[in-house]
Amino acid sequence: MAARPIVAFDNITKRFGDFTAVDGITLDIFAREFFALLGPSGCGKTTLLRMLAGFEQPDAGRVVLDGEDLAGVPPYRRPVNMMFQSYALFPHMTVAGNVAFGVKQDGLPKAEIAARVDEMLGLVQLRPLAARKPDQLSGGQRQRVALARSLAKRPKVLLLDEPLAALDRKLREETRFELKELQRRLETTFVIVTHDQDEAMTVADRIAVMNGGNLVQVGTPAAVYERPNSRWVAGFLGDVNLIEGQVTEVYPSFVTFMNGALRLRLPDHDIAPGAAAVALRPEKIGIAHEMPQDMAENGAAGIVTDIGYLGTMSVYKVKIDSGLVLKAAVMNAQRQSAQTIHVNERVWLSWAPDAGVLLGE
Amino acid sequence: MNDTQQRDPLTRAAILVPYAWLIAFFLLPFLIVLKISFSQTTIAQPPYTPLMDVAAGWEGLKEFFAALSAENYATLLSDSLYVWSYLKSLQVATISTIILLLIAYPVAYALARAPRRWQGVLVLLVILPFWTSFLIRVYAWINILQHDGLLNQALIALRIIDVPVTWLATDTAVYLGIVYSYFPFMVLPLFAALEKMNDTLLEAAADLGSPPWRTFFQVTVPLSLPGIAAGSLLCFIPIVGEFVIPDLLGSSSTAMIGQTLWIEFFGNRDWPVASALAVVLLAVLVPPVLIYRRREAGAR
Repeated sequence: MAARPIVAFDNITKRFGDFTAVDGITLDIFAREFFALLGPSGCGKTTLLRMLAGFEQPDAGRVVLDGEDLAGVPPYRRPVNMMFQSYALFPHMTVAGNVAFGVKQDGLPKAEIAARVDEMLGLVQLRPLAARKPDQLSGGQRQRVALARSLAKRPKVLLLDEPLAALDRKLREETRFELKELQRRLETTFVIVTHDQDEAMTVADRIAVMNGGNLVQVGTPAAVYERPNSRWVAGFLGDVNLIEGQVTEVYPSFVTFMNGALRLRLPDHDIAPGAAAVALRPEKIGIAHEMPQDMAENGAAGIVTDIGYLGTMSVYKVKIDSGLVLKAAVMNAQRQSAQTIHVNERVWLSWAPDAGVLLGE
Repeated sequence: MNDTQQRDPLTRAAILVPYAWLIAFFLLPFLIVLKISFSQTTIAQPPYTPLMDVAAGWEGLKEFFAALSAENYATLLSDSLYVWSYLKSLQVATISTIILLLIAYPVAYALARAPRRWQGVLVLLVILPFWTSFLIRVYAWINILQHDGLLNQALIALRIIDVPVTWLATDTAVYLGIVYSYFPFMVLPLFAALEKMNDTLLEAAADLGSPPWRTFFQVTVPLSLPGIAAGSLLCFIPIVGEFVIPDLLGSSSTAMIGQTLWIEFFGNRDWPVASALAVVLLAVLVPPVLIYRRREAGAR
């Protein structure tokens, strides 16, 4: 991506009293990207978004939007719009009034305002409810009004602060796809703040994982999930078996890794012998009664200690012979009654040579 | 449906208490005043006719109704003194309410924006004057406003004026007294309305391109309308009937309706005309209350 970024955070720092909310972050977001800021609460993701909207001023660094330094530009002159977590709909205005609010501030002719409002209400399928007040709407409808309102001014960048957090689970999952589809259709840059990794992975083209005011890793959902760059990212995104141990031998095409009696062979090479960890996703581990033919050094035998049935999948806790407990997740393609592995049975775990990710210190 | 029937007697009795109170201390006295307003004055004890002679039975009742007359109401309309009195009261109440609104709104806004831990103390400061008797506070204004009073002394010391200004017995003094006395009644409902307001709405307005001053008129003011209505009503109605402040601080040439009423009752001992004045005053004040009530109901 050699293109000029539409949003550039340049070494941004923000402190609240003694607390450093954002600690020297440099980040580029490109046009037409769906970008997610992901992290636990208090990691600084919302503060970063609010600095882009203009509600907070950075203590150091620059925020550049489409080539323009935003320092000193008040929120009402920034060509970005925000969808608030609480929606912040004006309770004294109708749905149409709320959606029209932003366009009205620009002093457009009445007919043009009406046309834009109609277009936006059509976009979120709320035309029949145009005359309702916000307190006469359901949570999902309010969420769509908030979305239409923030899109009505055709912002250069749309900021979404936990836009789906207030919805119930089923609606939230449906809305993720609608949001993604909307972003593709409008070809607008969306920046979403969320603490929900499923949400970030579903909607975003790229994810910035944040922790303690810092960027930990930036990349596509697959890259961040499959190749986490630290124990923290591996643990934050999804479930993981983190195996601490030692890199013992380094060869041009593979390295060996020891955890007690467990010996692993991994296709990494850019690492020196010494302390390290291997992140192994539970769903990448297969489980069987018989020893697989091609297992080589990527497997272990053990006793099933616990089975968690989650509907779509089952998680098996297996205590392998070295004493380590590993989790293996298997999709429940068959009915539960057809499953053959039970607690206290001896099983073989196996995984592909490249399933594990080696994490240095 | 069966709800009312299933309530136990104690609950029903509890509901009756406020009604009994209203009937005994509002409705009955009002009916008496209404009745007196249709009577004629006489030099007697009590000073009005006709009196109901319960012993005379049906004939007595017919006589009683025959003797009622609307003459007092005709008097109110024909004598410009009364009409002017009403108009003066409405004028004073309208202007005072507007001044109160203009002064109290910024104060209430500042209170609502103040840090939480200060709000309690600040609200306490607003209602602190209630600790002192209302009458004493109005008398204090006499001291402040009189010829050699504090205000003139201060203005002369600051070289704003050379000779003392006459403050007492002017409309200015009446407005000063009223605005001072009713200030908390305007601030508190406004504060209650503004304090409830969600700051995120102001951010949303800014985000959508509205500068702060426009946000104030597009978001803050409309959302505080219930507070504006409650405060205005709470001030306007008692100010129309205000007696003490204009009597102590104002001039006799510009009597408000409360003073006229007092003169009719105690000066002229014309209870029927005084009662008619009171009934008309009530009739003037009921519509704004009803409009407010309807708006409240509609908003809900």
